[in-house]
Amino acid sequence: MSSISDSDDAVRSERSGLAALVFDAKARSLFFQVILAVLIIIAASIAVRNAGANLAEQGREFGFDFFDRPSDIQILTTFGTWLLDYEAGQNTVWDVFLLSIANTLIISVAGVIFATIWGFLLGIFRLSHNFVLNSFATIYIELLRNVPLLLQIFFWTAVLRLVAPGPREEGWLIPGLLNFNSKGIYGPYPLVEEGFNFTLIAFVIACVAAWGFARWARRNQDRTGKQSPVGLVTVALLIGLPTLVFLVTGRPMGIEWPNFVTEGPILRRGFENGIGSYIAPEFFALFLALTTYTAAFIAEIVRAGIQAVPKGQSEAAGALGLPPGLAMRKVILPQAFRVIIPPLTSQYLNLTKNSSLAAAIGYPELVAVFAGTTLNQVGRAIEIIAIVILVYLTISLLTSAFMNWFNNRVKLVER
Amino acid sequence: MTPKFYPLAAIAMLAAGGAAAGTLDDVKAAGKLKCGVSQGLPGFSTPDDSGKWTGLDVDYCRAVAATVLDDPEAVEFVSLSAKDRFTALSSGEIDILSRNTTWTITRDTDLGITFTGISYYDGQGMLVPASLGVTSALELDGATICTNTGTTTELNITDYFKQHDMTFELVALENSDEVVAAYGAGRCDVFTTDRSGVAAERLKLADPDAHVVLPETISKEPLGPSVRADDKEWERVSRWVLNALIEAEEYGITSENVDEMMSSNNPSVQRILGAGDNDYGAAMGLTKDWAARAIKAVGNYGEIYDRNVGPDTPLKLDRGVNNLWNNGGFMYAPPIR
Repeated sequence: MSSISDSDDAVRSERSGLAALVFDAKARSLFFQVILAVLIIIAASIAVRNAGANLAEQGREFGFDFFDRPSDIQILTTFGTWLLDYEAGQNTVWDVFLLSIANTLIISVAGVIFATIWGFLLGIFRLSHNFVLNSFATIYIELLRNVPLLLQIFFWTAVLRLVAPGPREEGWLIPGLLNFNSKGIYGPYPLVEEGFNFTLIAFVIACVAAWGFARWARRNQDRTGKQSPVGLVTVALLIGLPTLVFLVTGRPMGIEWPNFVTEGPILRRGFENGIGSYIAPEFFALFLALTTYTAAFIAEIVRAGIQAVPKGQSEAAGALGLPPGLAMRKVILPQAFRVIIPPLTSQYLNLTKNSSLAAAIGYPELVAVFAGTTLNQVGRAIEIIAIVILVYLTISLLTSAFMNWFNNRVKLVER
Repeated sequence: MTPKFYPLAAIAMLAAGGAAAGTLDDVKAAGKLKCGVSQGLPGFSTPDDSGKWTGLDVDYCRAVAATVLDDPEAVEFVSLSAKDRFTALSSGEIDILSRNTTWTITRDTDLGITFTGISYYDGQGMLVPASLGVTSALELDGATICTNTGTTTELNITDYFKQHDMTFELVALENSDEVVAAYGAGRCDVFTTDRSGVAAERLKLADPDAHVVLPETISKEPLGPSVRADDKEWERVSRWVLNALIEAEEYGITSENVDEMMSSNNPSVQRILGAGDNDYGAAMGLTKDWAARAIKAVGNYGEIYDRNVGPDTPLKLDRGVNNLWNNGGFMYAPPIR
């Protein structure tokens, strides 16, 4: 007996030694993870040491003090310029950094919103039985997603230059509202006057009230089966209440129209800078390229999502007496969303990162300005590239976090 | 393409341990010189019809290659945007930067590089469509201006407009062909870069005669080659090849008469060419005929100028301030002795 237990102990002690690395799954994985971690740490420290030594030999140092330096570069007028009130020579490198992030964010947000709308429409066209819509969507998708994006950016830039009237001509994009020529798009700019805060407060109140009404209507329907006109009430609240307050407080907002100059020095003619709102053609070209390109991918994702919902679902909805529109909204789409959202998130991230191609056409975003002009002036390649990577990482992680939250909301609640 | 370059350069900087110093030995071992040039600037660095690189900046690199390797063709030209050029040099991607680059104090102190001389005295000029009727840069208030990003021109133009209390909008693009295209398409009222560049890029426009160069020169742009700051030996080679080319012109040594000049009884000529007992190459890690090799391969500075940018070329640039000091210009090389 004792001999058996001895050999048992022997086996156990052997397993806890070297052999455990081979036979014990837990010990084995721990061993390799520790080795990997050590290798990564060694590689990282060699990289850091080398960088330090190389920089020292060239008489350069590592640090982020360059952020305080004044920045004397002129930057194309864009959203960031407006946001930071940027003027060459008046601001620091830190302001240029913020400006370039603002420009990256605005193109990404605008791109994501419009690519989603256009992409959903295209996806539905693609499933349509209408021959024209269907073939249009098919050709569009196959053409746009198979041509490199950089080429499409150059294409839209060239198209805008071709169709735009000369720099000192008053072209119309939307008659009576938006002008455009080769220098950009000009439109009205709202001038907020004293007392406009009440309108904003009214809007917030309207939002809360609309949310409260929708909640009540839902409970009421659960309890009594009676439906309430939620959509109508929401629109009435959101538009009606602020408008009412706006009128009662005496319309505290002016509109500044673009100023078209026809006399004086020739370079002063055309639309006056700084009057009205302005969109640079570089922004518009990039916006068109990113939106139309990403929409092609979103369309395919939407189509796949809708087709993933079994046909029985729409048939069942029909059997219950739901009209097709309602069936789409209440039965098909909620289920399709579960398939659509994860790949849609990837497209949003792609669009954000693709906006860095703007460097090629001169739109002043993060890579063009901060990792371009600024890097060239302060010469801190490692620091600046590390910061740019961190910024993109942060934007991407925040987008993912938001989309995950949204995904959790629409996912199937299993009982 | 280029946006991806910086991370690469940053990684190169992390990985390349102790790549410093010894560029001369590295070049000798590799048997070729890696020379950073522009993306195509006629007269300075541009590929000709057969794909061979030509130009003033290119010839300088060929002279260095001839000096070190006795072969003006042993050069690998690396085309760089204005924005990428310094990182390419400091990270070891290229051995020498010869790309119409202005020597400034920031570049000499902050970027880990050292300028080794001035190969062309330039100044910033402006090109406008003749149809605008503008005759002076002081009439440019309110203009939209196209230029290259990452250049001194980008900064000079801001200074100039601020100084004269004028407003302007700047469209800064990375690729110089894109800058010219944007100007040609009417996106900008003004195209600005170094005067030599203005003369060269103007040739790319659909109708060069419909554009005029404004008379103002708004900055000093001393253009010259640069090397990494941590390699004194290589810096000396780069500096003295340039000086030798200028000295050669001063003493009348050309690519054609260099062999006869070997037997010249002028001691200055003998010192430059390493004739007799003269050997100034050894101390730099070169042969005694180092300068003679360069002159034989590409000619003296005057020959290089005339061949690439002079009055008989499409650029038609007069020697002007780039003449020798004894001909009324600025070109003055320290003596070889």
